[in-house]
Amino acid sequence: MQGGGGGGSESGSMSTVSRDENMVVSSEDSSCPDESGLELGLGLSLGGGGGGGGGGRQGGGFKMHHVSKGGPYARILTAKDFPSSSLSSSSSSSSSSPSLSKANVTAGTKRTAESVAVAANGSSQVVGWPPIRAYRMNSMVNQAKVLTMENHKKETSMVENSSIGGYRNDGNTKLKKSTFVKVNMDGTPIGRKVDLNAHESYEKLAKTLEDMFLETAPSVNPSGSTALQLDMLNRMTRHSKLLDGSSDFVLTYEDKEGDWMLVGDVPWEMFLTSVKRLRIMRKSEATGLAPR
Amino acid sequence: MPRRLASSLSDEVLEHVFSFIQSDKDRNVVSAVCKSWYEIERWCRRKIFVGNCYAVSPKMVIRRFPQVRSIELKGKPHFADFNLVPDGWGGYVLQWITEMAGAYPWLDEIRLKRMVVTDESLELIAKSFKDFKVLVLASCEGFSTDGLAAIAASCKNLRELDLRESEVDDSSVHWLSHFPETYTSMVSLNISCLGSGEVSFSALERLVSRCPNLRSLKLNRAVPLDKTANILRLAPQLVEFSTCTYSAELRSDVFSNLAGAFSNCKELRSLSGFWDVVPDYLPAIYSVCSRLTSLNLSYATIQSPDLIKLASHCPSLQHLLVLDYTEDSGLEALASNSKDLQELRVFPSDPFDAEPNASLTEQGLVAVSLGCPKLQSVLYFCRRMSNAALVTIAQNRPNLTRFRLCIIEPKTADYLTGEPFGVGFGAIVEHCKDLIRLSLSGLLTDCVFEYIGKYAKKLEMLSVAFAGDSDLGLHHVLSGCESLRKLEIRDCPFGDKALLTNAAKLETMRSLWMSSCSVSFEACKLLSQKMPRLNVEVIDERGPPDSRPENYTVDKLYIYRSVAGPRFDMPPFVWTKDEDLALRLSP
Repeated sequence: MQGGGGGGSESGSMSTVSRDENMVVSSEDSSCPDESGLELGLGLSLGGGGGGGGGGRQGGGFKMHHVSKGGPYARILTAKDFPSSSLSSSSSSSSSSPSLSKANVTAGTKRTAESVAVAANGSSQVVGWPPIRAYRMNSMVNQAKVLTMENHKKETSMVENSSIGGYRNDGNTKLKKSTFVKVNMDGTPIGRKVDLNAHESYEKLAKTLEDMFLETAPSVNPSGSTALQLDMLNRMTRHSKLLDGSSDFVLTYEDKEGDWMLVGDVPWEMFLTSVKRLRIMRKSEATGLAPR
Repeated sequence: MPRRLASSLSDEVLEHVFSFIQSDKDRNVVSAVCKSWYEIERWCRRKIFVGNCYAVSPKMVIRRFPQVRSIELKGKPHFADFNLVPDGWGGYVLQWITEMAGAYPWLDEIRLKRMVVTDESLELIAKSFKDFKVLVLASCEGFSTDGLAAIAASCKNLRELDLRESEVDDSSVHWLSHFPETYTSMVSLNISCLGSGEVSFSALERLVSRCPNLRSLKLNRAVPLDKTANILRLAPQLVEFSTCTYSAELRSDVFSNLAGAFSNCKELRSLSGFWDVVPDYLPAIYSVCSRLTSLNLSYATIQSPDLIKLASHCPSLQHLLVLDYTEDSGLEALASNSKDLQELRVFPSDPFDAEPNASLTEQGLVAVSLGCPKLQSVLYFCRRMSNAALVTIAQNRPNLTRFRLCIIEPKTADYLTGEPFGVGFGAIVEHCKDLIRLSLSGLLTDCVFEYIGKYAKKLEMLSVAFAGDSDLGLHHVLSGCESLRKLEIRDCPFGDKALLTNAAKLETMRSLWMSSCSVSFEACKLLSQKMPRLNVEVIDERGPPDSRPENYTVDKLYIYRSVAGPRFDMPPFVWTKDEDLALRLSP
């Protein structure tokens, strides 16, 4: 190990997930005070004569610095103290192209294969990131499973369970994968996700989507809104504008084959098995789709 | 005269005075005044908190404090929550229980966090402590319902059984039925982590009906909705309640039964659970909403309009946990309705999707910071942030004590300027002078650490990931943060220099975690040699670090101070100084 070296130039398990690696290396935080005067060339004292097995290899003498409150926190060593060191310590660590930090940064951009996996949706996944407790992650996975179980149990099992006096997993429920699908609306940059299993019909789904995307204000009595919006906000009507063709938008979905279809053509259960994602499309663009 | 004052007060008087001193810090100060005070204090200390179970040995604790009634132990480092600590690392409680079983027959409270608890340990607790009252197992693992059955059967005076977020194996034993019919003392029961097979509902109902002092009940999610109403009617005195699964279909009879049951609960102040809730059921809780101080909707996949409506019914809310489905609009509504809000946690509904699936941005957090004057504690997951927003938050909420921000994609820059977040977090530490906990994220250079070292004088815990440019960053923190107790770092280019320079600082802290950084094994050995009261554990599953090139960096490093010396239960993938390595490798 080189004296005081930060792990040498071959080190590297710092995972870089961002696609903008250039920004990391070259970015400057210009608001930070100039640190060109401070170098970090510090090491640990080995007492008299170097001691231990590792002492001889350290090269040169170092001093141990005890941190004291309010006092100066380090004796600054310079390149002269490391005659044999291959690391140039003449640069400041926070300026735009410091050799020391650059060594660390570029070395660190090597990603160890174990710690990063590329997820199916293309975004890289790093172990333990984002920092969400395993308990919560398991709950999120289980959420989809339980919803599936609930659907299977609907009418009959409530009665059965109350007579048994316990609620047990009956073991013959099939576990499907997650039932959340992405929904995008033309003209809206941010997409949403909706849980298909939480709705048992097209009407319910359309109502939810209307609430999500076509609602302009969360208040119950929007002032100045058009008759169309008032109508949508009125929860008493179960009539969906998206489905009956009276809105400027139509609800479409992409099926397993990659085709875009109008929502509502097939029975709900069949829809559930074939839908991949949803899109609220402008009516003008929805030509050529299978008619209702 | 002053010299004799200490001895002129009799021991009994001093002991009585000391009994009013509850905090550990104060007790420690008292014990350091003089020898006689040390002696008196150690005999009358009843509560012990050990933040790192390896920092001290059970024998040492028992030797100094012979009459302890309540103990709290923490095991694995915090990053174990995110699967960064391999299984088998440690944190076993059995030796502690064994020693205490002999020394503390009157022990009545055991609180454990991130420890490995076995059925054997639970059985030992059940038979060793006659007046056992409180068992809290937070994020623990290694035990099954067999162990719980032993506790249920033997602990006649058990008041609190809290298994929060623990992993419990199902041994198919109806452990709840092991509470005898004569048992009536339950005050707080948290079994929300248990799976569907592990709770017999009828046993639960009988238990609830015969425990009149039950104040807190957190059910597991498999209990169906119609049963919830039954439970509530049996325990209308509940203060805290965690619901179970809501079925997917609205049934008006179930709804009205539930609404009626809730309206009976006049003392209810805290609600959680809401697994898989369907929005149509939410109005069932409206009758209690005005009194609610704590609401945990972070498992509820309900969308913003329903959340807004719900929030508008809860003006007294102090603690809110919620998913990002609440969106900026939901948080804006919260800011205008809930002026008593102290704590906000917003979790991501779909953390692995690169694109946002809910319209939650920094605006929501800014709104709450501006609108809620008592806001102290924040945990916020989002996908974009700006320095401007952070500065606004800092200037408006200098009373923040805990600020944890997770910008989901590592190294994301300020979306308005493309800059790193030094200015933003710098403002946080500068204005929030009482900040004790901080988690950083986003694009960060060494600059932010300079601010932290300069301003964050009361900071006790700092979490850092994918940040910094060089050792200088770590050096700023270690040399500047006077109150630092826990530092956890992952994927940062921090290496040997900063660590070795600040070696002495590490003895003033509870622990330091560094994973995927740039620390060499040589530096670890050096540190270990020079600092005998630090345990330097290199956690590396790739094989002996010594066998790799000298400049190879270690995978994970966990350094903690200890007066107990090296531990004896290290697994093969934890490496320490040469001598231990030689012992381990010998046949």
